[in-house]
Amino acid sequence: MSMTEQRVSYTLDSTLETVDSAEEKASRIAKELGFAEDEIMQISMAVREGAVNAVLHGNAYAPDKKVTLAFERTPEELIITIRDQGKGMDLSTIPNPLAPENLLKTSGRGIFLMRSFMDTVEIRPSQTGTEIKLIKHVHGPTEGGKEASQ
Amino acid sequence: MSMKISSRQVDGVTIVDCSGRITLGEGSVVLRDTVRDLLSKGNKKILLNLADVNYIDSSGIGELVSAFTTTKNQGGELKLLNLTKKVNDLLQITKLYTVFDVKDDEAAAVKSYK
Repeated sequence: MSMTEQRVSYTLDSTLETVDSAEEKASRIAKELGFAEDEIMQISMAVREGAVNAVLHGNAYAPDKKVTLAFERTPEELIITIRDQGKGMDLSTIPNPLAPENLLKTSGRGIFLMRSFMDTVEIRPSQTGTEIKLIKHVHGPTEGGKEASQ
Repeated sequence: MSMKISSRQVDGVTIVDCSGRITLGEGSVVLRDTVRDLLSKGNKKILLNLADVNYIDSSGIGELVSAFTTTKNQGGELKLLNLTKKVNDLLQITKLYTVFDVKDDEAAAVKSYK
């Protein structure tokens, strides 16, 4: 992706390799777009969690189901969309991982981490799959801790 | 990319030196198997040295929680040593810093076991 407005999309298998691949792609693209190191980490981790959600909970490793991963750059933000072909999820059943009774649970932190690391997280479940949209704002040269241009 | 683990004994405490990534798949499985193996052999004072763990995802966090509760349920103690900033930040935002006993000095950590 260049710094101009662009979109790139990948269709991936429902495998563990896809999770690693999605994370690597996110890290590379975020770096190319000039995000700070801590932001690159946040973006790649959010994408990894989204990919885990799609591969495991959405498609359940089904070989005939695909994960679609798309990166879109606008002047204001990086928009990442992860879509699976599963049965959708019931958002009302997802527990708060910070509640005392849930702290020692061994799962259920993926969506929480996505929301912690990204500026906006939109989750749209449907009977034909779940779409997760992750948005990170692009900071100007005087914002986000970057040095001002001279 | 993968995780490597080695164990050593110091004054009755098993120090597990971890390096790499604790993530869904191999990294989590290696940690799980290591802790279960230690517990089965009666090593119930476990100190996970995470100084060289540069990445952990939600599955890895879950594996740390599982290791903690499994050890506790068997009458043992599992503590964490030398967290990197990334792992420390993750434990802070997930509030697990309040659950784990986190140490930053190996000798003091070893002495802290009952």
